[in-house]
Amino acid sequence: MAVRKNRDGINKNYYGGMLIVLFGLAVAATATKYGIGSLRDMGSGFFPALVGALLVLTGIAITVQGLGGGGATIHNEKPQWRGWLCILGGIVAFIILGKHTGLLPATFAIVFITAIGDRKNSIKAALVLAVAMSIVAAVVFWWLLQLQFPLLIWNPA
Amino acid sequence: MEASLSGLLYGFGVALEPHNLVWCVFGVVTGNLIGVLPGLGSVAAMAILLPLTYVMHPVAAILMLAGIFYGSMYGGAIGAILLNLPVHPQHAVTCLDGYPLTRKGRGGAALGIAMMASFFAASVGILTMVFASSLLVEAAFKFGPAELCSIMLLGLIAGSTMAGGSATKGIAMTLVGLVLGIVGTDPNTSTMRYTFNLLNLQDGVDLVALAMGLFGVSEFLLHINHMAATDSSLKVAVGDMLPSKEELKKSFFPMLRGTFVGTLFGAMPGTGPTITTFVAYALEKKISKTPGRFGSGAIEGVASPEAAGHSKSQVDFIPTMSLGIPGDPMMALILGALLIQGIQPWPQLITAHPDVFWGLIASFWIGNLLLIVLNVPLIGVWVKLLRVPYRYLVPSAMFFIAVGCFSTQNSLFEVGEVLVFGIVGAILTYLDFSVAPILLGYVLGPIMEENFRRALLLSHGHLAVFVEHPISAGFLVACALLLAVQLFAYILRNRRARKQPYRESVPLEG
Repeated sequence: MAVRKNRDGINKNYYGGMLIVLFGLAVAATATKYGIGSLRDMGSGFFPALVGALLVLTGIAITVQGLGGGGATIHNEKPQWRGWLCILGGIVAFIILGKHTGLLPATFAIVFITAIGDRKNSIKAALVLAVAMSIVAAVVFWWLLQLQFPLLIWNPA
Repeated sequence: MEASLSGLLYGFGVALEPHNLVWCVFGVVTGNLIGVLPGLGSVAAMAILLPLTYVMHPVAAILMLAGIFYGSMYGGAIGAILLNLPVHPQHAVTCLDGYPLTRKGRGGAALGIAMMASFFAASVGILTMVFASSLLVEAAFKFGPAELCSIMLLGLIAGSTMAGGSATKGIAMTLVGLVLGIVGTDPNTSTMRYTFNLLNLQDGVDLVALAMGLFGVSEFLLHINHMAATDSSLKVAVGDMLPSKEELKKSFFPMLRGTFVGTLFGAMPGTGPTITTFVAYALEKKISKTPGRFGSGAIEGVASPEAAGHSKSQVDFIPTMSLGIPGDPMMALILGALLIQGIQPWPQLITAHPDVFWGLIASFWIGNLLLIVLNVPLIGVWVKLLRVPYRYLVPSAMFFIAVGCFSTQNSLFEVGEVLVFGIVGAILTYLDFSVAPILLGYVLGPIMEENFRRALLLSHGHLAVFVEHPISAGFLVACALLLAVQLFAYILRNRRARKQPYRESVPLEG
């Protein structure tokens, strides 16, 4: 049976099971490099290889359930690209700005970017929220909790 | 028995030390607040505050985290009853009758009953803990590596099959958690496992980043622009919270039965709180003379599940603290915090760390009492907080998550981890995997591997060691039974589905 597709969309168990099988294979294959050893004297790879093998088995079981029609199907929901990109982009911005410019710009960026991901937020509301959280970051985390995170730096490298 | 009572007295001494008391109060207030706020789950909240505990004394750290845990349960009931908003899944069943009561104008009374039931059930749960502890101390000396390994296996299987949803998928998630637990330096051979040559992964995957990614970021990803605005025309005054005599009478026995159900489920490691409240509700409906009233505002439908949830959550600490088997992700976090503090959760914990164990038990009472005192006058504030729009909450929460991850190691690498786990969690949740068992597997994995290796080393590689020891064999039989029940249920479901070939799709399993 190829890709299970009907008018509702694709089967969640089928794809979920496949995902688990692939993950289990990768885990088990990597484990062999760590040395399996024997039951009497286990190597570092023994336990991971065991877990990987079990993952493959459960993955197959889930896939079979999907083939049998078990589990829900994915409906064609509207993707929320704006929301998703803003949440993930906010974290990325926090990491990059945190590394090169310090806590204040990083805080402002993560709050502002995440806020504009919500359609109901205006730019102005997002700005106000970002400024408010930047103050919280400076007062609570940098000053009160003495977080080891410089407020403002400049290291472009 | 006498040892338990003196232990309890000692515990009150520990819990009432000003330093510990302050953190207990902080924990319950924060928990209550988080429980009320829509959108931010209590697991994510606990994960955010976890780094704070790294520098704290173990007793204070555990008291605070436990406070968040049961505090959030009091808060969760408020959203469920007043706004039909199950912030935490275990309160979903409280909505069924709680919200209709609000529409009838008895929302305040329903809250009052929920709080009384909670306090009563928590007290029973605590007493159960006190008396079970003396039995555990006796059993503790019979536990070797083989026993610990088998009971952890039981916990993992129970946790993955009973957490809700498909059992096979739950097991898969537990296994994924075990793999995540393996990441890092192998303590026996110093081999780097699954670190992808990244120095930051040498110490393993960060617990805080994992929990916040799976329960915080992934939730936001799935629900952005999907959260409905809440009704804001609600007012509850303190006086409304007093239930009438009839309501009290009606909810007395359901409260007792709910407490009983919760205590029973709490003793079974791995059963989640959600299933407990559902069972309590179903039981009430079944034995009621007027089952038709359920769903349209029966006070019994509030009292029983709330009581069950609370007694369960207290009794849950027994398997977590003594055997290292957490019943749900929040317990897994508390377990993680114990491990970070260098306290091994095993049967000897009660004798090895009496201050932690008895201090915690005593703090339950102090905390629960405090929650009642706190919730009555503050109900108006909570109702107002329920209306904080989601669009302000998510960005602020994202900042707290980022800063919380950073503070664990003072490094931005952990913030990157939260991003990865957020995406992974969202994809898995989307494919109908429940992510809670991942945390269970992650926390238990390393302890289990260690005991597995030790048991087989001691037996010179004979697997029979697991069945030759009677206690270990008993746990393995229980594992087999659990799996057999699941298999049987699966076959039964399939047969039924085959009898109705025209049905479009089989409804969600479990």
